Amino acid sequence: MKLDDMLPTLGEWLRGTGPDSDAVVSTRIRLARNLADIPFTTRAAAGQKSDVEGRAREAIAKADISPKLDYVSVNGMAPLDRLFLVERQLISRELANALDGPRGVAFDPRESVSVMVNEEDHLRIQVMQSGLALDEAWERIDAVDDAIEARLRYAFHDRFGYLTACPTNVGTGMRASVLLHLPALGITKQIEKVFKALQKINLAVRGLYGEGSRASGDLYQISNQVTLGKSEPRLLAEIGEVIGMILTYERQARQVLLKERRQAEHDRVARAIGTLGSATMINTDETMELLSAVRLGIHLHLLDDLSLATVNQLFIQSQSAHLQKLTGQALDGEARNAARAKYLRSKLRDLGTR
Amino acid sequence: MPPPVCQFCGQPATVHLTDIVQKVKKESHLCEACARAKELLPDPVGGHLNLQALVSLVLGAPPSNQPVALICPACGLQYTEFRKHGRLGCPADYAAFRPALEPLLDKIHRATAHAGKAPRTAGAGGGAKRSELADLRERLRVAVAAERYEEAAVLRDTIREKEGADETR
Repeated sequence: MKLDDMLPTLGEWLRGTGPDSDAVVSTRIRLARNLADIPFTTRAAAGQKSDVEGRAREAIAKADISPKLDYVSVNGMAPLDRLFLVERQLISRELANALDGPRGVAFDPRESVSVMVNEEDHLRIQVMQSGLALDEAWERIDAVDDAIEARLRYAFHDRFGYLTACPTNVGTGMRASVLLHLPALGITKQIEKVFKALQKINLAVRGLYGEGSRASGDLYQISNQVTLGKSEPRLLAEIGEVIGMILTYERQARQVLLKERRQAEHDRVARAIGTLGSATMINTDETMELLSAVRLGIHLHLLDDLSLATVNQLFIQSQSAHLQKLTGQALDGEARNAARAKYLRSKLRDLGTR
Repeated sequence: MPPPVCQFCGQPATVHLTDIVQKVKKESHLCEACARAKELLPDPVGGHLNLQALVSLVLGAPPSNQPVALICPACGLQYTEFRKHGRLGCPADYAAFRPALEPLLDKIHRATAHAGKAPRTAGAGGGAKRSELADLRERLRVAVAAERYEEAAVLRDTIREKEGADETR
């Protein structure tokens, strides 16, 4: 598989379709699984990691999964390619940079299913769906998990369930995350209140790119923290219920914006497009912020010549690794910000939105 | 009949527990100090009865506050190392560290037993058996919390019977 062929395409999570896509970007579920007879990755010797990689690759290749998953090794990969996969949400930052030894990821051409090998756990299976689709994602990943399990013996304990390197994942090994776009709750300053309520009921809130990253572009990942003591459908139902409430608040806040300050919002969106289409230097954070305004503008029908998929394309291709692949050269600091601005200018000119 | 002495230190026993295991009555006698060390008595300063410790005693697991010396026979990881780095060494750690892990899991997840999916191919009927066990454990927890100890003893025996054959697959 040539990674560069993926450059012009949008992964499943950025298609901009699916239920509730006015405020839900994507749904992701991951399952942590380990082989029964090998130490967890942090305590496995290089030879044991090779063994895990070999067995996992064979199982994934032969498993009844459609479409087929292709495996790429990450340890021999150039840093730019690793970052590219991180930006596309196919691998974690840890698999890209923090871990060592044999490791990699298998995924399908639509980028809806991926399996990381030798992350913190031997296998991290992941399914992505556009929009809010917890049940569909669960059905899908349940089937993929069964197909792999038919060929590998997982570490499973009658009382503790699927055994994982960290006890915070034990039991179901399941983390479900819903990526939300909540600009109106941000503008009306209600977002803090929502998050305080979430923490009380044991749901985690993070920015787009994982554990430490702060929310950028009004994008928030909501996920379950508890993995033990409740069944997968019950955990998913609990998250789904909370997401439903947050969506109601966000939509109410949007209606308030339209009613009370339509002209000001229209102005903000127009200026965002203006800046994106004319800046000569722009960093990732500012790009994310402006694209967030544009995204909201589309949903509020303040803009009608841009699609959500286009905004998603601008968003992903203006990320560092994508940008460097597009321009075909390594860029840092000022040069990267200039290249990003140039890319956005030419894209928006092509789309004729100025 | 001579007054019973503490089965742990030989001092006169003042705490008497009657436990029914597999329909056989089993009596335990402890002095106050040993009972307190095993967290079976409420703290003298206005504490509450430690239900967790009672459940542990009933279920046969050692009390939860002395996990320090635990070591995994399979991978050699010590429990103290795990506490330092937060990552376990191998699947066998869960059995080796169980007395210390269960209170930790209870803190993280507010639960200590899996209630979800089980491997379909790992053993015939595995999934059905597991959810039945989870159900029994939940009933036991409720019974103990409600201080219905006779019911709890019956449930505990049933759980032991069912757990019997294959704990780790």
